[in-house]
Amino acid sequence: MTAVAKLGPRAARRAAKLEATASRLEALTLPESGEWLRRARETALARLREIGLPDRRDEYWKFTDPATLVRTDAPAAALFEITDEAMVFDAIDRLRVVFVDGVFDPDASDELEAEGLEIVRLADAGGRDIHWAQELFGALEAEGQDPVTRPLAALNTAVATDGVLIRATARVARPVSLIYRRRDPSAELALHHVVKVEPGAELTLLENGPGAARVSTVTEMCIGDGGVLHHVRAQGRDHERRAITHLFARLGEQSVLKSFTLSANGALTRNESVVWLNGKGGSAHVAGAAMGDGAFHHDDTVFITHAAPDCESRQVFKKVLRHGAVGVFQGKILVHQAAQLTDGYQISQALLLDETSQFLAKPELEIYADDVKCSHGSTSGEIDADQLFYLRARGLPEETAKGLLVLAFLAEALDEIAREDLAEEIREKLRGWVSRHR
Amino acid sequence: MPNNDGKMTMAALDNTLEVREGVDRETVETVQSMAGKYKHGWETEIEMEFAPKGLNEDIVRLISEKNGEPEWMTEWRLGAFRRWQSMEEPDWAMLSIPPIAYQEQYYYAKPKSMAEKPKSLDEVDPKLLETYAKLGIPLKEQMVLAGVEGADAPAGRKVAVDAVFDSVSVGTTFKDELAKAGVIFCSISEAIKEHPELVKKYLGSVVPVSDNFFATLNSAVFTDGSFVYVPPGVRCPMELSTYFRINAENTGQFERTLIIADKGSYVSYLEGCTAPKRDTHQLHAAVVEIVALEDAEVKYSTVQNWYPGDEEGRGGIYNFVTKRADCREARAKVMWTQVETGSAITWKYPSCILRGEESSGEFYSIAITNNWQQADTGTKMIHLGKNTRSRIVSKGISAGHAQNTYRGLVSMHPKALNSRNYTQCDSLLIGDQCGAHTVPYIEVKNASSRVEHEATTSKVDDDQLFYCRQRGMDEEEAVALVVNGFCREVLQALPMEFAMEAQALVAISLEGSVG
Repeated sequence: MTAVAKLGPRAARRAAKLEATASRLEALTLPESGEWLRRARETALARLREIGLPDRRDEYWKFTDPATLVRTDAPAAALFEITDEAMVFDAIDRLRVVFVDGVFDPDASDELEAEGLEIVRLADAGGRDIHWAQELFGALEAEGQDPVTRPLAALNTAVATDGVLIRATARVARPVSLIYRRRDPSAELALHHVVKVEPGAELTLLENGPGAARVSTVTEMCIGDGGVLHHVRAQGRDHERRAITHLFARLGEQSVLKSFTLSANGALTRNESVVWLNGKGGSAHVAGAAMGDGAFHHDDTVFITHAAPDCESRQVFKKVLRHGAVGVFQGKILVHQAAQLTDGYQISQALLLDETSQFLAKPELEIYADDVKCSHGSTSGEIDADQLFYLRARGLPEETAKGLLVLAFLAEALDEIAREDLAEEIREKLRGWVSRHR
Repeated sequence: MPNNDGKMTMAALDNTLEVREGVDRETVETVQSMAGKYKHGWETEIEMEFAPKGLNEDIVRLISEKNGEPEWMTEWRLGAFRRWQSMEEPDWAMLSIPPIAYQEQYYYAKPKSMAEKPKSLDEVDPKLLETYAKLGIPLKEQMVLAGVEGADAPAGRKVAVDAVFDSVSVGTTFKDELAKAGVIFCSISEAIKEHPELVKKYLGSVVPVSDNFFATLNSAVFTDGSFVYVPPGVRCPMELSTYFRINAENTGQFERTLIIADKGSYVSYLEGCTAPKRDTHQLHAAVVEIVALEDAEVKYSTVQNWYPGDEEGRGGIYNFVTKRADCREARAKVMWTQVETGSAITWKYPSCILRGEESSGEFYSIAITNNWQQADTGTKMIHLGKNTRSRIVSKGISAGHAQNTYRGLVSMHPKALNSRNYTQCDSLLIGDQCGAHTVPYIEVKNASSRVEHEATTSKVDDDQLFYCRQRGMDEEEAVALVVNGFCREVLQALPMEFAMEAQALVAISLEGSVG
């Protein structure tokens, strides 16, 4: 035996990963930005070099291959023209903030001013002294690297070209709507938003649009005591788009977060949500409805930490899959010892419309408090023959009956949208999808 | 009786433990008393023969030579050992495992009196017989297990026992009677010599040599274990049982069990294990392989009661076990039942590969951890064949500073059409210093299969409660009825002989899980 210490397989793998990360980041230049922003970017880059970019052998990426999200150039994705329906939320009165190929478009956007709101472009913010945003930008993302690393979020913090910093100081009824448009088939989008809801304030944040060939968004949300944040997002119908999104949300006492995401199609989508219930009596609902037909890989990864007593959380995820579509759910509820009287609920369900589709799930509970009510359920199967028979017996054609059952299956996730007008917008999109994908 | 100081612990816990409302006092006390009073912590004083400390190729050869193994077996072991040297311990479980000094222990320990293998039970060292008698495992054929009486147990019900003491099998009862039925039940060392064709064909076919760190280690250094072969169409005339006893200090136990149920056969197999109280940890890394052919049925039941360590977390067995069943042909059926109460650390996932069409696998588990015990246990149900079925029922109870994790995989392969899985995991925490976790993996790759997973720390089924309430019970009664009924379901999956022991060990109401 030689005396030279050889790296064990695990250490060797880590060394290789860090080397690959270093070479991937070699040619990287950080966007020009002012003082505090530059510092935050550099810190994030250092963080990323330390944790390494993800690969398929990482347990957290067991079900989703991150290769196309990690590689230097985004794979081109054909533009997808939508002519058969109106854009989602078009019927809603809202303050529009438009990005085209990841660049803020002031002409297409509304004036970034409203009562009870402060909105600043990230690209303009670096040189300005905006304390509330400085304290949050990259900070929640950094906190979210433990206990599971989220390297692509750190990458976003480092390289995001733009984004908005939104601060709500009152109850604002009119939603702020982020719209991502696409012109260039190979454009990439990396946006980083910060949302601060001050104590007692309320904000509704909408997101929609195709985005880019490859999308990366990070949204850091801080909700003060008694604050309320509604978040409704519709990820566009582009078949070839790839997306990685992260939500980091920190909730105070008696504050509320309701986040809902609709995903239809897309070659690869991974939506990570990281939520901390840090104040007594907080409530966090994270929900999603995903429909995939064909080359579709959709991953919902959720991590909710109950760090304070008497909080409630719900995770409701529904997926309808056909023609080889793959749905992934990785959900976790972590209950700290202090978080007595926690009420945690998690459901993930897949409706597989044919034999080629797949559902991969890992619904986890980690509980250190003894007086809690936590449950999770996960089911997967095809359309119930009895239900179909019931509808057929009442004279509905098979396709219509199946469509109804699909909509009924998704309905529970839509219940998590508090505002009925927004829910109706989403429902309309679902109906459209169901009628197109018979 | 051992000079244990269990009473002190209980008193201490009584004063400090905050128990939330709704947790049945009796449950708490039973859990506490189990930790304080480890009944089997005594040691047998007997002269032992050890192989030199540590692990290298010479030790592997020595073990092989001591067992009088043929060349192919020695090579098989050496291959495993070389492989093992390049492997690392798994780190993915929710366990904190202090570094294990693999070179600081003995890999072979055998009572001196066993230098010549006894030809019959009459020749076995009386000290060894006494040891097993004290554990309630009589090795005399005319006797049946104590406590097995009543309407369900026919008079004179027999259990054949293979008794493994540290590294060697000291004797197997009822061998002749089993042989008459065609059943082979002997130690694996004997099987390697007497039935090499069966061993060659099946050993390592379910758990490959390189399967995981501990299984590979076991493949290199296993010293003994049990071997069962049930020929086609034979219903094994009695329960088979292996009783593992670790006695010597600083000695790891590495046993290997191989069970083959040929077409249309049936066998029920029981496993029990205990060890003396010591301040140091001892490693137990076993491999159990089950092969079930067409229409065969195997029931494998474990009451795992290794020494769990004291209330400060000193000592106790590291129980790192690989158990897997292969339902190789159509309609094969395997049922794992486990009651896990012992061991400082448990790392164990009895699994089923459901290869044959319409084959089925079941897993029933009660895992109880107390003090500083850690358990990461569960199952894998891998559905490969059409119309396969599996069912998982897991109950985890955590007290003191213990951590209890259910980890499982249900996998429906694309070709496993019309398959079905139902999983239920329930956890109960007693006290606010412990943890209960659930880590299920669900992979569904076809639409006609149905997979349902439920896990809860609180509620019983509302429909069942409603039914009971409708019939005039108050809520408490209704809950008690439903929960007890459910717990009993797991216990009843155990064969009679074990149900007695398990009930005594568990004797726990899960009423506190409601609320």
